[in-house]
Order: sequence, then structure tokens, then C-alpha cells
Amino acid sequence: MHIELRNVSHEFELETGFLPVLENLSFSVPKGKFTAIVGPSGCGKSTITRLVSGLLKSKKGEVFISNEIVNSPKSTVGMAFQNPVLLEWRNILDNVILPLEIVSKSMNKVEKINRARELLSLVGLAEFEKSRPSELSGGMKQRASLCRSLVHKPEVLILDEPFGALDAFTREDLWQTMLTLKKQESFTCILITHDLREAIFLADEVLVLSGRPATLQFQLESKLGDNRKLDDLYTNETTKSLSILRKQIEIAQKHK
Amino acid sequence: MTSYNKIIIPLLSVFIFCIFWEWLVWINGWPNYKMASPSDLWPAFWKFRWLFLSYGWDTLWRTIVGLSLSVFVGVGFGIIMGFSKTMRIALYPLLVGFNAIPKATVVPVIALMFVGFHDMNTILIVIFISFFPIAVSISIGLSTLEPEYKDILLSLGATKFEIFYKIALPKTLPEFFGALKVSATLAFIGTNLMEIIEPHGKGLGHLFDSGKISADYPLMFAVLIALAVLGIFLYYIVVLFESIFAGWAERN
Repeated sequence: MHIELRNVSHEFELETGFLPVLENLSFSVPKGKFTAIVGPSGCGKSTITRLVSGLLKSKKGEVFISNEIVNSPKSTVGMAFQNPVLLEWRNILDNVILPLEIVSKSMNKVEKINRARELLSLVGLAEFEKSRPSELSGGMKQRASLCRSLVHKPEVLILDEPFGALDAFTREDLWQTMLTLKKQESFTCILITHDLREAIFLADEVLVLSGRPATLQFQLESKLGDNRKLDDLYTNETTKSLSILRKQIEIAQKHK
Repeated sequence: MTSYNKIIIPLLSVFIFCIFWEWLVWINGWPNYKMASPSDLWPAFWKFRWLFLSYGWDTLWRTIVGLSLSVFVGVGFGIIMGFSKTMRIALYPLLVGFNAIPKATVVPVIALMFVGFHDMNTILIVIFISFFPIAVSISIGLSTLEPEYKDILLSLGATKFEIFYKIALPKTLPEFFGALKVSATLAFIGTNLMEIIEPHGKGLGHLFDSGKISADYPLMFAVLIALAVLGIFLYYIVVLFESIFAGWAERN
């Protein structure tokens, strides 16, 4: 098991007392697999990303990556958020290189540039490497952000609703980009999302969390194979899976 | 806008302003002790040209040194208040209070405190008057840094210094230069407060004071114009640095 959460509970300290967000949450993601996590708004999904990335320490239970307890941030993790947070003062190429400046200090400049260019051409941004982030569309910014999260060849990729703010067509484009990246790069991925179709299309397994405090409520294996196409979203089988997930979300919302 | 226009248009606006000024004085028939006209100023400049050069230099270098030091002081306070909420709450009332004190009243105090150290006194007043906007802008820039910006580096195990150097500092630069433009013009007020209230035989402020004593009104106006020219000069130096270090913030 590559990523594993064992009986993880977490709460936030507020002025009015404690707010429990995760309760006795356990799940694992096998190496190289893609897991999507869905659940009602504010159920603590983003807390999971912060726990796995080591930005936050759980109050109870443990998080493991490759059987090692996660206590602090590790260079083997890559992250992308809904907000692409590109640095406005750097061009796209230098934005993608940023993680290498932190984790691969010994790597020479040419190697860094080559690695960044490799990813940029995979996502179709090769011509825009000299552009400023402000010159790019929302979808292109998010592509660059994905490249940045993968440039240092992380073993674990954490995506916190990276496509949430995009329009429907751009989002579908990016799903396909994501599949391309998944084929070319080897990483174990956790995707937080509100979009059930996105979860089914991208993931090998979909986890449904209950309302706050969140715990694992339901798991669903995606039946889509390795060569997925957008058309696969409109088959009877997918529709059935979607309606199962939809019902589970309703249950989770009531729980809240 | 072409760079040619960027020079021509401001020069033209200054020229039109001078014409208007000349006309205003002429139409009202003001004597030069009430309001000197541009045509009165040239003889004053020419008569005291060497003094203008030497005193102008005194004023300019003390202003630049004071402004540079106020950048250090302002950035220092800004970093402390930007990163620590406790320090922000603790320091703001003190800084606001200090800034609210009219600096003209501080001048005699400083002059008495360090008798004879004219250069240092002048520079001190410059620092007092111009560090505040810089401190405020840096502290706001750092404290409003979106957490996601920190997260992308923190999640890679970056040090606090790396986050400051690679993200916080460059991200604050546009605000910093905005404040520096305000401070650059304030700095001249500081220099001249000291030079006029406690004249010590140096600087344009002293020349202004001489004009007052000898009732040479065109000279007094000429000093004011010389100060304005120096102010514009320093402002555009800051603009030049801004375009080099924070040019990315400008959108076309």
C-alpha cells in the first residue's frame, strides 16, 4: 500500500471549542493507483490533503507513505489546488521549474529546463513557456500548475479540486490531459473533487466521505479500463455508477 | 504609448503650466513678492547658479541617504509586522502615533539632541518622515500572502527563508515600490524641514532662508522650483528601479 490513513481523527480548535472534521478515517491507495475522494461541502476533504502532504499533523491516528509515517512535508509529494497559484513574476517555464529549485538543488539548469519542457509539451503548452501567467487562460494556467506539481517526479500527487473553477469543456480537456500525464509519469494520486463524473472518469477507485466529522462511507471501483474516452461517461454502466454515487452523497448530506 | 510620447507629453504639460503661471501673474499684475512669475526665476537661478548646484547637491545626497536608510527601517518593521500578528498589534499604535507627530516639531528636539551633527540630524528627520509608508506596505503585503502560495513551497519542505526569498519578497515588490514613490517625495520635505527650521549653512533650505532674510522673493520661488525638480528626479529614479525589479506587475 502506498498511501495509507489508519484511524485518522482530526479536529480544529476554534474560539467556541473544538470542531471535529475527521473521525476514525481509514483508507489506502495502492502504488500507481488513482483515488478520487468525494463528499459534502466542508466535510474535511481538504484536511486530508494537508495531512497526506505533511502540512498538518493529525490529532489521532497515522498517515503513511510507503510504510513511513508522515510527520512533515516530503519532497516526494506534489500538490495542485483549485487556484493555480502561479508566480506572476516568473514566466511559465520558470514557474514549472520552481519545485526543482527547492528539492533538486544539485540538478543543473539545463536538466531542469529539459524536464520542465518535457512536461509542458505533454500538456500542450510548449509554445507558451516564455509567457507570463497573466497572458494565459484559466485552463492553461491549470495545465502549467499540473506540470509544476509533477516536475520533481513526486511519488504522490495530491489534487485539491484543480478543475473546479473551469468551464465544462475546458474541464473535460483537462481530464484528458490528466490521463496523458498519468500514462507518462508514475505517481499515486489522490484527487479531491465535487464532480462525480470527474471522479469516475479519472479514478480507479472513488471514496465517498460522510458529512462532518467525515469518515469513510462508501467505496466504488471504477469499471473504466486503461484506455478511457469521454464517450465512456455516457454508457449505461457509468450512468448506474453515477446514480449510486449520487445516492451516497445524499445520505452523506443528511448525516450532516 | 511610444517612449517618445512618454517624454514629450510630460515636457509639454510642464511648458503649458509655465505659460499659464506667467499669464496668471501678468493678468493680475502681482508684484514678485506676492507671486513671482517664471520669467522672474531665470535671473534668480543664473545669479545664484553655483549656490544652487552646491546646495542642491547637499540636499539631494542627504535625501537619498535618508531615503535609503528609511527603506531599511521600513522593510525591517514591515517584515516583523508582516510575519508576526502579535508584533503587528503591538507596533501599529506606536508607529501610527509616531507618524502623527508633526515632524516640524521634532526638528528642534533632534537639533538640540545632537548639536553640530547637521548631516546626521537631517538624515534622521528624512528617515522619520519617510519610513512609515514602506513599513505599512511591506507588512500588508506579507500578511495578506495567500496561504496557497506558501503551501506550494512548504509541501516540498522549503525553509522559511526560501519562502520569503522566492515568494513573499517578489510578491510584495509592487506594493513596496508604490510606497517608495510616496516616501521619495516625503523625503524632500524631511530634508528641508531641517534645513529651513535649523539652518546650518547648507542645502537648498538654507538658500530659501537667505532669500527670506534678504527679501529676495524670486530666489525663494526659485528654490521651491529647484526642490520640485529634484523631487521629480528622485521619483523617476524610483520608477526606473520599479520597471527593472517589478516590471512584471505592469499590464498592457
